[in-house]
Amino acid sequence: MHSNSSISLFGTCVVDLFFPQAGMSALKILEREGIQVNYPQAQSCCGQPAYTSGYSDEARRVALAQIAAFPGEDPIVVLSGSCAGMMKHHYPTLFHGMPEEEIVRQFSKRIIEFTAYLLEVLNIELHDLGPAESVALHTSCTARREMGTLQNGRELLRRLDKIDLKTHDHESECCGFGGTFSVRHPDISAAMVQDKTAALRQCGASKVISADCGCLLNITGALQKQQAHPENKTAFAGLHIAELIWQRTGGKSQ
Amino acid sequence: MKTEILHNFTSRSRAATADEAQRGKFRSAMDFLIAKRAAQFPDPTEWAELRESGQQIRQRALAYLPKLLVQFEQKAQQNGMTVHWAETPLEANQIIHGILQRQQVRTLIKGKSMVSEEIELNQYLQAHSIQALESDMGEFIVQMADEKPSHIIMPAIHKSKQEIAALFAAEIDDTPYTEDVDELIQIGRQALRQQFFNADAGLSGVNFAIAETGTLCLVENEGNGRLSTSCPRVHIAITGIEKMLENLADLPTLLTLLTRSATGQPITTYVNLISGPRRADEQDGPEEVHIVLLDNGRSQAYADVQLRQTLQCIRCGACMNHCPVYTRIGGHAYGTTYPGPIGSIISPHLLGLAETRDLPSASTLCGACGDVCPVKIPIPELLLRLRVENVTRAGTKDHPAVMRGQGAKYRLSEKLAWQAWSLLNTTPALSLASRRSAAGLRHLIPSVKAWTQARVMPKIAPQSLHELIKAHQEQKS
Repeated sequence: MHSNSSISLFGTCVVDLFFPQAGMSALKILEREGIQVNYPQAQSCCGQPAYTSGYSDEARRVALAQIAAFPGEDPIVVLSGSCAGMMKHHYPTLFHGMPEEEIVRQFSKRIIEFTAYLLEVLNIELHDLGPAESVALHTSCTARREMGTLQNGRELLRRLDKIDLKTHDHESECCGFGGTFSVRHPDISAAMVQDKTAALRQCGASKVISADCGCLLNITGALQKQQAHPENKTAFAGLHIAELIWQRTGGKSQ
Repeated sequence: MKTEILHNFTSRSRAATADEAQRGKFRSAMDFLIAKRAAQFPDPTEWAELRESGQQIRQRALAYLPKLLVQFEQKAQQNGMTVHWAETPLEANQIIHGILQRQQVRTLIKGKSMVSEEIELNQYLQAHSIQALESDMGEFIVQMADEKPSHIIMPAIHKSKQEIAALFAAEIDDTPYTEDVDELIQIGRQALRQQFFNADAGLSGVNFAIAETGTLCLVENEGNGRLSTSCPRVHIAITGIEKMLENLADLPTLLTLLTRSATGQPITTYVNLISGPRRADEQDGPEEVHIVLLDNGRSQAYADVQLRQTLQCIRCGACMNHCPVYTRIGGHAYGTTYPGPIGSIISPHLLGLAETRDLPSASTLCGACGDVCPVKIPIPELLLRLRVENVTRAGTKDHPAVMRGQGAKYRLSEKLAWQAWSLLNTTPALSLASRRSAAGLRHLIPSVKAWTQARVMPKIAPQSLHELIKAHQEQKS
C-alpha cells in the first residue's frame, strides 16, 4: 500500500454523538501528517445495529446511503474496528447476488481502519511529549478477529516512549458490548463488563485505550458507574487511541 | 415442559450471573480447558491445515449424506447390526423401548450419549419401568443429583467436589464423606463396576459412523464406553444422522481434531471401533448390535446450504469453552441439551425457533467460537442468519420458509422502529438534526434500565463530530 495524500474519514455514529473529540483528534493527526481529510457530511451509521439484529433490508438501505456519501476512490479511514469490519467484510455479504454487489465491493475495498492507516500507510512516527503513564489496551473482537489489526494498538503505544503498557487478566476476552446484545441480554452483558473493568482496575494502569468506541461506550460507562462506589477511589478513564496520541504528541486536550 | 423451560432464558441467565460461586467454577474450568487445548495446537500452520482438512471431510460427508446413510445401512447390516431410522425423539424412544421389551431388559447401562439426552431417553424408559443407569462419571453424578448435563463433554462441570462428596455420601451405601477427588472417583467406579455385568443391555452414543465399512467410532477416557458396549448381551447405539464419514481414512484427521479440541488430549484413553455383534470365534461382545439413526430437525438444517454447515459439528465443545457468554451463565441457563454457541445454532432446528428464540441473540458475536471450531463452522455467521429468520416471517417478500418457528420474534412495532431508524440514517438533513435528540437513539436502547444496571447513560456531546469538523474546515478556509 502506498501513501495517499487524500482520504475520506468515516467517523462512526458513536464517535459522532458521544466521542467527537476522538474524531477531532484523528482528523488533526491525519492533517498534521499532511493528509487532506474529506469528511462527507451525509455520512451517518454503518448499519451494523440493524444488521446484527436481523434487519437486513434496513441495514442495506443505510449501507447504500454511506456508499452514496463516499464517491471517489480515496481510502476511507474508519475510526472503529467494528464499523470497519461491517463495511469491509459484511457489506459484500449483505449484497451478495444483488445488482449493487459490484459497487459495494468497490466501496468495501477502500475501507481501512484508523490504526492500520497510521501504521501500514503512514508508518507514523510519534514524538511523545507526555508524562510517564501506565495504560491498558482493549482490542475489540472485530479488530482482533475480523480486521486483523490486533497488533496495531500495541505497536502505536510502543511508539509513544513514555507509555507503559500493562496487560490485564483475560485481555483477549470480549467486553460484553455486542451492540444490541448489551440491552437484549443486560445481565450477561453486565457480568462481562464487570469482569472486564475489574481486570482493568487491577492491572496497574490508570486508563484504558481502545480503537473502538463501541467497547469504550460500554467500558467507560461501567467505570463511571462504579466510580460512585466508595471502594473505587481513583478515577479510571477510557480514551480512544486517537485522542491519546493527539494529547501526547502536541495537541491539547479539549 | 420444554416451552416453559426455554422461554425463561432471561430469568435463568439472570439467576446464573448472580451466582458468584457458579461463575467462579465455570471461569476456572473453562480457563483450564482453554489452556489444555492451546497446548495441543502450538503450531498455527498445522492447526490451520488440519482444520481445513477437517472442514473438507465434514463438508464432503454432508454433500453425500443421503448416499452415505444408505451405504452405511447396507454395510452395517452386512456386519450383522440392525439399523433403525427415527424421525422424532418419540420414534427413537419407541424403537429403543421396543428392542428392550423384546429382549426383556430390566436395566440398561449407558455410555455417554448426548443424543439420548436430546430424546430424554432415561425419562421415557423410567416411565416404562426400565432403569437406565449412566456410567460416564460426569453423567453418573448428574443423574444421581437428578440434574441435566451442563456441558456436552463435561456434564458435571457445574458441581464442586464438595457437592459431589455430599451427594455420594448421601446416595451411595456405606460411603464416607470425602473431598479427595481420587477417592471420589474410586467410589464412583466401584459403585458402577458390577452394574456393567448386571445390565441386560448397553446404550452408547457415536462419535463417527463410517459409511465405507459400517463402523461406529466411540471415544472415551473411562472405559465405561467399552464396557457398556461389550459386556451386556445387547448394544444399542444412537446417533444423529449427520455423524457419517465417507471413509475410514477420514477418521484420523477428525479424531485428532476432536480430542485435542475437546479435552486437550492428543488421543483419548479409549478409541472404540465397533463393527458388529460378537462373532462365532470371539469370546466377548454383545449378541445384538442396534443402531438408531435420528433426524429430529437435522434434515431441516440440511436443506439450506448455509444452515447445513451447522451439521459439520463433531461435538468437541471448544466453542462453549471459549464463549464468554457460556462462561458467565453455564450450560443449564440455555435450557437445551446442547448449550453454548453450537447449541444456539443447532437447537433451533431440533426444537424450533419459537422455542429457542432468545438463543441466537445470546452472543456478542465476538467470534471466539468460530476461531476455535476444528471444522470451521462459521458460528457467528449462522447466529446472524438465525437472527434474520427470527424477525422475518416466512412467505413475506423473497423469504421462503426454511425452518420451524421462523418469524418467532417478528413484531410490527420493532420492524417499524428499524424502518424509522433506517430513514433517520439515510436522510442527511433529518439525520443531522435528529441524531442529537434522544428520540433518535430510542430504538438502540429499548430499556434504559437494561443499560444503566451496570453503566451510566452516555452523555451526548454538546457538538457532534459533524459540527466540529464543519467548524474546523470553515476556520481553515
